[in-house]
Amino acid sequence: MKTIKILGTGCAKCKLTEAVIRETLGEMGLEADIEKVEDIQKIMEYDIMSTPAVVLDGAVKMTGRVPSKEEVRAMLA
Amino acid sequence: MFDWVQLFADWLIYSLVGIEQGTHLGDALNFFVYDTIKIIILLFLITFVMGIVNAYFPIERIRSFLSQNKLYGGEYLLASTFGAATPFCSCSSVPLFIGFVRGGIPLGVTFSFLVTSPLVNEVAVAVLLGSFGLKTTAIYVVTGITLGIVSGIVMDRLKLEHLLTDWVHKLWEESEADREAFVAERKKFIQRLPEIAREALGIVKSVTPYILIGIAIGAAMHGYIPEGFFEAYIGKDTWYAVPLAVVIGVPMYANASGIVPVVQVFVAKGIPIGTSLAFMMAVVGLSIPEAMLLKKVMTIKLIAIFFGIVTICIIFSGYLFNWIL
Repeated sequence: MKTIKILGTGCAKCKLTEAVIRETLGEMGLEADIEKVEDIQKIMEYDIMSTPAVVLDGAVKMTGRVPSKEEVRAMLA
Repeated sequence: MFDWVQLFADWLIYSLVGIEQGTHLGDALNFFVYDTIKIIILLFLITFVMGIVNAYFPIERIRSFLSQNKLYGGEYLLASTFGAATPFCSCSSVPLFIGFVRGGIPLGVTFSFLVTSPLVNEVAVAVLLGSFGLKTTAIYVVTGITLGIVSGIVMDRLKLEHLLTDWVHKLWEESEADREAFVAERKKFIQRLPEIAREALGIVKSVTPYILIGIAIGAAMHGYIPEGFFEAYIGKDTWYAVPLAVVIGVPMYANASGIVPVVQVFVAKGIPIGTSLAFMMAVVGLSIPEAMLLKKVMTIKLIAIFFGIVTICIIFSGYLFNWIL
């Protein structure tokens, strides 16, 4: 199973990112281990500079914006 | 450019809804419709343009550039200007701060970025443009960027690195300049446009409720508060008006979209524009929630110094605005 981490200190965009990912997973009929990382020190371990960021199986896939469903799909394919 | 919006607002309120022109309610509603449409159009256009700029200069590229080049003072101007150009969500301030620290960028330069980032942003520019016109907006932007440069240089001279929280201080000591130049995504411009437009639309959508609230409050005040109402209390001659407005504004938190339409009415009803803009800068640029976020990377003392310097700069610009406008 894939592990998805959503990095963000809890702003509106971060919540939206989680929602988009969950919805897309549902549409694709996939299951994944989703974790929201809100602790700033843990977030900074990924060396990113803007949130929200999406980490898939340990690799940073995108930063600084809310992904579209298509992007999430491409990411998970 | 917006004559047709005024015609539409007139038609909608005075003809279709049938509220008579010249009544408080009619004028307030007309103002509401006109301002809302105009500001939302401007907001979309400006966010779209800023989106294009950001697609070419993402924050990682700016860090890489600042970290690898000696600019002999120009780095403050660059950081401050890019602070203005990047879209900003206050929750991004901490990751950004750490990212700059890690790249070995001087603390003062980082502060320059941190000052202008919330102060001058696409929403503030769009709403100011819609409410006050080009001249005031230009002065606001230039002052905001100057404010970032000056605050950054002052912070640098004070040598405050020891006031970072422990874990950040450690990062700072271990920092190193970026070794590799930032490689941009190789994607054709045309392919990116829909993405940028989609994001611009997303931003417009997310701030529209605040704009509506701001304009509604503004419209109500516009229709019901008599002209020159505030003049008696806080006119141009009241010397303490600027510092008072700024000190009240600093702890407050509202995004630019909500505050500008209200500030516009302050100005219409007799509060000097410098005092009003200084108030707006204080509200938008500094806030208690931002201080709480920064607490993770800075000691309270450092936050206090940072806020203090920026506050003084804002007060100074308030007097300057009153003097030149």
